[in-house]
Amino acid sequence: MAGLAAAFGSGAMTNSIADIPKADVILITGSNTTEAHPVLALEIISAVKNGAKLIVIEPRRIKMADYADIYISQKPGTDVELYNAMMNVIITEGLTDKDFIKARTEDFDALEKTLKKYTPEKASKICGVPADTIVEAARLYAKAGAATIIYAMGITQHTTGVDNVLTMANLAMMTGNIGREGTGVNPLRGQNNVQGACDMGALPNVLPGYVRVDDKDGRKKMEEAWGVKKLPDKPGLTAPEMIDAAANGDIKAMFILGENPMLSEANLVHTEIGLGNLDLLVVQDIFMTETANLADVVLPGASFAEKSGTFTNTERRVQPIRQAVEPVGSALPDWMIITMIAKRLGHKMEYRSPSEVTDEITHVVSQYGGITSHRVAKCGISWPCPTPEHPGTPILHKDKFVRGKGKFHAVEYRPPAEVTDKDYPLILTTGRYLQQFHTGTMTRRVAGIEDLAPRCKVQVHPADARKYKVNDGDMIRVTTRRGSIEAAADVTDTIRQGVIYMPFHYAEAAANTLTNAALDPVAKIPEFKVCAANIEPKNL
Amino acid sequence: MVTFEINGQVANVEEGMTILDAAKKLGIKIPHLCYDPRLKPYGGCRLCLVEIEGARNPVPSCAAKVTEGMKVQTDTVTLHEIRKTIVELLLSNHPQECLTCENTGQCALQDIAYELGVREISFEGEKHFHTVTDPSPFVEREMDKCIVCARCVRICRDVQHCSVYTLAFRGFEIIPTTPYDKPLTESNCVFCGQCISTCPTGALTSKISRFKGRPWQTQSTTTTCPYCGVGCQLELITKDGEIIDIQTFPGEGVNKGNLCVKGRFGYGFVNHHERLKTPYIRKEGELKEASWDEALDYIAVRLKEVKKESGPDAIGFLSSSKCTNEENYLLQRLARAAIGTNNIDNCARL
Ligand code: SF4
Ligand code: SF4
Ligand code: SF4
Ligand code: FES
Repeated sequence: MAGLAAAFGSGAMTNSIADIPKADVILITGSNTTEAHPVLALEIISAVKNGAKLIVIEPRRIKMADYADIYISQKPGTDVELYNAMMNVIITEGLTDKDFIKARTEDFDALEKTLKKYTPEKASKICGVPADTIVEAARLYAKAGAATIIYAMGITQHTTGVDNVLTMANLAMMTGNIGREGTGVNPLRGQNNVQGACDMGALPNVLPGYVRVDDKDGRKKMEEAWGVKKLPDKPGLTAPEMIDAAANGDIKAMFILGENPMLSEANLVHTEIGLGNLDLLVVQDIFMTETANLADVVLPGASFAEKSGTFTNTERRVQPIRQAVEPVGSALPDWMIITMIAKRLGHKMEYRSPSEVTDEITHVVSQYGGITSHRVAKCGISWPCPTPEHPGTPILHKDKFVRGKGKFHAVEYRPPAEVTDKDYPLILTTGRYLQQFHTGTMTRRVAGIEDLAPRCKVQVHPADARKYKVNDGDMIRVTTRRGSIEAAADVTDTIRQGVIYMPFHYAEAAANTLTNAALDPVAKIPEFKVCAANIEPKNL
Repeated sequence: MVTFEINGQVANVEEGMTILDAAKKLGIKIPHLCYDPRLKPYGGCRLCLVEIEGARNPVPSCAAKVTEGMKVQTDTVTLHEIRKTIVELLLSNHPQECLTCENTGQCALQDIAYELGVREISFEGEKHFHTVTDPSPFVEREMDKCIVCARCVRICRDVQHCSVYTLAFRGFEIIPTTPYDKPLTESNCVFCGQCISTCPTGALTSKISRFKGRPWQTQSTTTTCPYCGVGCQLELITKDGEIIDIQTFPGEGVNKGNLCVKGRFGYGFVNHHERLKTPYIRKEGELKEASWDEALDYIAVRLKEVKKESGPDAIGFLSSSKCTNEENYLLQRLARAAIGTNNIDNCARL
């Protein structure tokens, strides 16, 4: 998000889902689309069957690779090197869109200079990819009439996550693949309402609608709307920073709504120390999660079927959710609980229904200006939608970028925060299964789903399996500098030699006991996708 | 736009539209069994036959495109007789167990037989029995109810890209089969349930919805999937305050009526017995049940204390990307306006 916002002025998906099949070339990277965004993957595969070319760049040989014209398995954490090399090829072979660069962007020269040393031969060594393949992929992408880039957490969950995203933006801009049908840079959101939570200002540095907290006029507007004298003007802490601050005593109370950091945060041991150190921990959720178990107060919220409101999907489309059943027991809709707390704190929040909140949002968030509860009930609308007559915006940056000119960023390759060594010779990377969702709070309680994916399995390359004497199906121990867990080995050649992979859904084999909490310096995203690990048979 | 005439009515429709789609748009109902807006025309069931002026034989309206000046009749005596014969033939080889069939009330075959006024089945053909007991957790297959419309075969191959089914002979009959007749759990089925969503009969049904309710006993609520960021649109089918099924409208929404295994079958958590039903407060080291007033008062008092002693920035909020826009908006308002801190984040980073 931070990366795209710096380059384009907005961190959201630039084009719509319906627009993807219009591309001539689709580049997927850091997204196991068929498992994490299955219905969107159907559209991509259909597009490929109808003649679109597909490039898949992903360390693991995911299902999407079966449909790819070019498949690249790079060493985890070497993305910047790889994309810089592709751009080096594009410049050397004169495949840039010079008119676009001139008319719509700035700072290309600095990038061009930086890219000089990123030859495919050098990248080949660092990324473990044949130089020819890098050249081919660069040509295929750059020569397309319309090419789109699709990425997910595999790009952002690195200490170099922002740099990774900036290279995506560079690649798209230098070839003029932005602001038109079938083009764009499209980050897929993992959870149903990540986009909406960000749009609504559930972020430490911005108010609703991405108005910076240090913007005086922006604050004034909210102060009036909320009837308060002075809103804080200094950016707050991010989630991982809050955990750190809790551990060292700077944060004394936390209120956690519908999240389970005890499985989802990197380095769980540290997370537990932080949360355990709080004077007050309030958790509002629908189940007694690992996090709720640590709380001083637990509040029963409502599930998606028991309340109304809106979600904003990955393509910025605001869509309604509607109450179908009553909340269980004395559980209450989450919006109602929040207003009850506000009232007790002496802050007036009075709404008869969530649609009154929806309508308040139209007054304070300019991008949502025309997305009234009345309109959204009829059909989803993609923001920006400033007025009630506006049809919504499926494609961003059409005639100009949200920030004016598109900005190139010259980024250099930096190795991951943690590199392998003698004791931890393997790279561990994490992800999701098709059937399970996030920390499993919901899906692990669905009978048939648990039957289909009951266990955490660790993917190990056959050569590594021989080397470390583990057999397919055996219980093995995975150890990193932070902890160790046990899980079954899944010996498969879909993984690169030297790399192991596991999902993070399972509390009994919590992958994030192992992962590194090192953060990207700008986006503050932990490096879930790369850490050094060791494996051994369990009975040793 | 092209102009054509349908049952005497002149209409303009987009170029390239099939007669069936055009009729649907104009509110004219043409019976069909092998059509699904998500699939390419198949022309298999022939129920959608229409008469076109100048054409020697009736044509399938699901495949034929509207052309300029075309004159179409959708409901003539001849067509009615053809359709009736087709349905009678299908029923002559169909188990007569609509009374207990899971699909009763939402079965396209049943509806069409009723609409055409089929009372007795004139062909007492040989009935096939191929009930397959499939151990899969979600898909029930009762192949004796199959009418071989191939919708399951096509949706699995052309939309889901899994190609689990092929049409093959089993005894004297052709039915959709799995590789080596193995259970779905041993095929590359991903349990999206797309085949269930398209099957016009009770041959493919959702195992977890069986015996839970009849369509006329249920309510349907359109909503958005709670799982990933695609935001698929779906229908929650509820009875007596419980979700008993999830369905879609083929062709509609960002997902065009498609869902994945989580969206279609992942609703069991809503009424799971472990759901939190009351607030809890930790007393003497243990979480004990509490009333709402107790819990909320306690929170307010403690938050005020912390704020007074250590300032607003000693309090942090973690909002949820699973909660609604409205809830996220309110929580950040609570943090900023009621407490006075910008320590609010969501798990976008995770
Ligand atoms: S199982 Fe259903 S969808 Fe498949 S061919 Fe038979 S009737 Fe058609
Ligand atoms: S559930 Fe999905 S993958 Fe499995 S057979 Fe049906 S359509 Fe194919
Ligand atoms: S049905 Fe599947 S693809 Fe669609 S929103 Fe739900 S989880 Fe995502
Ligand atoms: S619907 Fe046209 S032939 Fe079946």
